Formats: sequence, structure tokens, C-alpha cells
Amino acid sequence: MLEIKNLKASINNKDILKGLNITIKPGELHAIMGPNGSGKSTLANVLSGKNGYEISGELKYQGENLKEIPIEERAQKGIFLAFQYPTEIPGVNTNNFLKTSLNKVKKAKGEKELDTLSFLKLLKEKSSELGIDEKMLSRQLNVGFSGGEKKKNEILQMKILDPNLTILDETDSGLDIDALKTIADGVNSSRDKKKSFLVITHYQRLLNYINPDFVHVLSDGKIIKSGCMELAEELEKKGYKKIN
Amino acid sequence: MKNQNINTEQDYKYGFTTDIENIRAPKGLSEKTIKFISKIKKEPKWMLDWRLKAFNRLKNLKEPNWQKPKYPKINYQDLYYYSAPKSASEKPKSLDEVDPKLIETYKKLGIPLQEQKKLSGIAVDAVFDSVSVATTFKDELTKKGIIFCSISEAIREHPDLVKKYLGSVIPLTDHYFATLNSAVFTDGSFVYIPPKVRCPMELSTYFRINASETGQFERTLIIADKGSYVSYLEGCTAPMRDENQLHAANVELIALDDAEIKYSTVQNWYPGDKNGVGGIYNFVTKRGACRGKNSKISWTQVETGSAITWKYPSCILQGDNSVGEFYSIAITNNHQKADTGTKMIHLGKNTKSKIISKGISAGKADNTYRGLVDIGKKALNSRNYTQCDSLLMGNKCGAHTVPYIKNKNSSSVVEHEATTSKINEEQLFYCNQRGLNQEEAIGLIVNGFCKEVLQQLPMEFAVEAQKLVGISLEGSVG
Repeated sequence: MLEIKNLKASINNKDILKGLNITIKPGELHAIMGPNGSGKSTLANVLSGKNGYEISGELKYQGENLKEIPIEERAQKGIFLAFQYPTEIPGVNTNNFLKTSLNKVKKAKGEKELDTLSFLKLLKEKSSELGIDEKMLSRQLNVGFSGGEKKKNEILQMKILDPNLTILDETDSGLDIDALKTIADGVNSSRDKKKSFLVITHYQRLLNYINPDFVHVLSDGKIIKSGCMELAEELEKKGYKKIN
Repeated sequence: MKNQNINTEQDYKYGFTTDIENIRAPKGLSEKTIKFISKIKKEPKWMLDWRLKAFNRLKNLKEPNWQKPKYPKINYQDLYYYSAPKSASEKPKSLDEVDPKLIETYKKLGIPLQEQKKLSGIAVDAVFDSVSVATTFKDELTKKGIIFCSISEAIREHPDLVKKYLGSVIPLTDHYFATLNSAVFTDGSFVYIPPKVRCPMELSTYFRINASETGQFERTLIIADKGSYVSYLEGCTAPMRDENQLHAANVELIALDDAEIKYSTVQNWYPGDKNGVGGIYNFVTKRGACRGKNSKISWTQVETGSAITWKYPSCILQGDNSVGEFYSIAITNNHQKADTGTKMIHLGKNTKSKIISKGISAGKADNTYRGLVDIGKKALNSRNYTQCDSLLMGNKCGAHTVPYIKNKNSSSVVEHEATTSKINEEQLFYCNQRGLNQEEAIGLIVNGFCKEVLQQLPMEFAVEAQKLVGISLEGSVG
């Protein structure tokens, strides 16, 4: 699904990723943990194609060189980023945004676009699965949403767009336990043999619910240690400084 | 970014001219020109006298120069003041008799008259250059006593109405461009809605400037008699060209007791190329008088075209309990400049006005909201609410808000809110990450920003306007 070799990224001449390697196969869920400033969000941004980074190294998604594909095409090809801070877009109805987005992805895949009725049906189904109040969806996109609502909205979008590779960028930060469960349920119910996940987090607690196949520790732009769930537990006990 | 290299010039899809022979007035502004126009329009003497009075007044007037966008001096002697498609002088009786080239032009513009008749229920008084060539749905309107015709026809056929109301909102002596229009106006629309009649369809006019070096001086007069209602749509596109062109239209609205006029404009005239060469000067005077009690006038404008837009659709709230509204979207890109807003003059008691203005600047453009809220001594218990929002794209454009507020009595309330924001990278990134390309993302964000105004437009216009909002800003964020 995703192959990253010796990935280096810098912004404004500041090196952030300094030779990162990771391979994610279909069906796998990888967690990346790391202290503040280790490059976690940069990795998410680089994978989704955000502008402004100088990049070198190999970045392959489903065998294609990602570096040459613009952001929206990556999204259309099934890369989804659940944002750490979902942005507010005033005047844009959440429902409509989701429909536009879904139909862009469908169109790119050569599938039939959904009309309003079938879209609303799908939306109803997915939002009730996640226990999301539909009223939220008729509001302006992320405007006046609480932190929890914003993150839930990200997961709802993930469910609806049904991506191949989902990147969760600290989606668990600042959430209460109920919201955390909603996020975890959303991820767990999406997992299958074909779909891959890259979960970026500070804490072990989300991982307790979603049970990653691999855990990597990112520090100063490199993966310094890889393992499985035990590594996350060790981190939680000892802190990042002692892992080397 | 992949989408950076968008060529805005090619995106102006209405950039073509039709090769139709023109009848022209002699070049330049003179009594001779005015007499020529009046004669070719077969106008009665009182009309010619009125024009000449305006012309004499004009000699003592100077062009105003307090506006923000400056423009090169216009040589009024170098313009043609009348130009008509030749076939119009033979008075087509039906669409079949209209010059096929005209019809072709309309088709390119996406205004197939015949289809529009059947499909959209809009009556179209189509203005090509300066002469109305086809009016549809006339019969249906006539049955209700509604008059919808060209102003020239109205001058001949309904002189009493024209004499009574023409110049009653925008006087002959008003200001340079308005007075110029009064002297040389060539055509435009006339609407009269009789008492207690609700006009059954949206009335619509398409303007189009075609002949080279021709100033366009339209004159529109809409009268809603007691208890009547009318919604009027004005939309324009123009062919691509190099010379700057002056457009100085006058639009007068009169609403009597309990009457309502809704006037919507989508303006998409040629804005000049990326470097600011060419483009239309749109210096328009639009003013409505809520003359009767409980009357209402609502202006909605979507201004995306023209090199310079300079206009203030205004309401004079004379009748007690009358209401004035102004909803505006002004989009400027590249080197475009806009200085637009409104004037709400409260004279009657319990009068209300509402101003919602959305200005969007991109490229090297400059966008100014200028507005006056004037609540008179006798306008007791009046209210105004004003909201001005500006959106900036990039760091080379400008946005300015210049509100003038005068409240001359203590029982009235004026509220003013203004915001300025920048379209941000995070919003664009978010939309891109959800599969929308740059253009679509900008369209979406800007349409969201303009939502309150777009909602005011009649359905068939709203769709067109939403697209236009996106198209106007293409290539503005790299």
C-alpha cells in the first residue's frame, strides 16, 4: 500500500524528516508515536501532499510515485487524512461539502455519482453507526463545532469516503473517553484486509481500543524503534526520553 | 502547484464579437448627436427638449473624482453615442424576422430566446448594442395590464407615465454621468405594473456591448403601482476587446404604496486582461424611491466583471414603514477595481434598511465598499443594519470599507458590522484533501462567504451566479 524509503522533508530550510522508512501493507494498522516536534504532523502533511515542503527520498503509494500527484488526486485515489485541527469553512453546509467530496472521489474512480437522496441515505446510515447527531451535519462546516464534534466529523467523512489509506493525525488529542470510543469504533469497523491505517498519536489510550499491528517511535525525523503493542506500553511507562 | 498555469484570458468565454453592420450617430458629443438619436428613435419633441436640457446642464458639470479607482481621462468627443444593428430599423415583428446573426450571438451567450420562452418562464427584453430587438411574453403580460417594453417604445406609446416618472428619482442635474445618460441614452427597459398586480414572471434583460468604441447608455425605468410586485433581473456579458469602454446607465425604480420591487443584477462585463489592458468602465447610477407607505425596494447585485465598477444602488425611503435592502457581492481579480455600495436615505417614519456587502479581492485588485446611511430628522423609529465583509486572496490586493452614517434623530438605531479576512491555506488544503481541486475549493469557500447574498437571487440566476463566482477567481491562488 505505502512504501516510504529514506524520506527527507524540510520546510523553510529547516529539516524535519531526516530519512524515514516505513512500509505499510494492505490490511495493516501502524501507529506512530513520538514527542512534540518529532515530525509526526509533517509526515501526515507530506503523505497527503501539502504544499511548502522540500522532499527527497522514495514515496510510493500502490506502486505509484506519490510525489508527482497533486493533493486532490491523492485524495481521489483513496488517501484520507483526518486532520488534527479540522478547519472551519463558513457558509458551506457540512452535508453539501461531504456530498461534493464523495462525488469527486466516485467520479475519479469511474463510479456513478450519488444523487442527493441516495447520499442522504448513506449519510444517515453512517452517522447513526457512529452515533453522530444529524443536526450537526446541517450546520456550516466545522463552524462552532466542539473539539469532539470536529473529530467525529472527520471520522464520519472517513466512513463515507471509504479510503484505502487513512492517516489519523492526533485524532485522539483532547477527546473525552466517549468521543475516543466513537473514533476507535469508526476505525475498527472500517478495518479489513484491503485497508491500511497510519495512526499518529501521543498516547497509548487510543491504541488500547484499536490494537495496532505495528508501533513505531518517531524521534527527530527518524523512526528509532519499531515493535508491536508492547512498545506503546513501554513508552507510556518510561516516556520518550528513555527509548533509544 | 499544478493548477497555477490557468490562463484567465481564455476563461472569458463570451469574448467574441458579431459582425453586424451598424448605423452610427456622428462621432462625438454634440447637439447634433443628440438630435440624431432623438430622430432615429422617433421621439416626440418634449423628449428631445429634455435631452437638450440635460446636455446644457452637462456643460457646467465636472466628472466626479472622489472615488478610489482612478481611470484615464475619457475623450467624450471620441465616442459614438448611438449604434444599432441595421436590421432593427426594419422593426422585426417576431423572432423569426430577427437577424439570424443576432440569434446566433444569443445562442453563444446561452440565451436561446425561443427555448427560454418555453423553459424558464422568463420574459426577455433583449438589448443588443443599443436597440431592443425582441420582446417575448408580451401578450401574457399585456393581459395583466403590465407594460414591459423598451424605453424608446414607452416614450412613444406611454408618454404620460414616462413624463411623470422619468428623472423623478435621478434628476437631470444629478451628477456628471447621470446627466450624460439623460442627454444621450439610447435604449433600455420600461416596466409598469398596475395596482394590485403581481407580475407572474421574473422580468429579464440582457445587455451586451458590441460595436467598437460605442458607449452604452442604457436607461431603465420601473414603476410598481400601489400594491403591486415585480422582480426584475439584469444580466450582462460583453465581447473581448482592447479599448476601454464607458458604460453609464441610469436605473430608476419607483414603488408606490404597498408595492415591492426586487431588482437583481449579475454583471460580467469584460474586465480587461491579466495585465489590466482593456475592460469596461461601469459607472452606473441606480436609485429607487420607496415613494409610498409600506413599500419595499430590494437591490441584489453580483458584480464580477468590468475593469472599474463604480456604482451605488440606493434607496430613498420616503413612505412611512418603507423598507430598503441592498445585497451585494463584488469580486475583483487581476487589475480590476470596484468602488461600490449603497445609499439608504431614510425620510419616512419607521423605515428600515439592511445592507449586506461581500467584497472579494484577488490578484492586484482593489475593492472598496462605500455606503451612506442617512436617517433624517423626521424618520422617527427607523433602523439600519449594515454588514460589510471583505475577503482577500493573496497579498497584493486591497479591501476598504468607507461607511458614512448620519443619524439625525434619537429614536432611530444604526448598526454597522465589518470584517476582513483572508482566504487561508488551511481551508484550501482541507478541501484539496477531500478531493476538490484548487478551483473547486476556491469556488466552494467563496460561495460560502457570499451565501447570504446568493440566497437573495432568484433561482435561475443563483445557479449562474454561483458558477460565475468560481470562474471569476480562477487562477487567483497558486
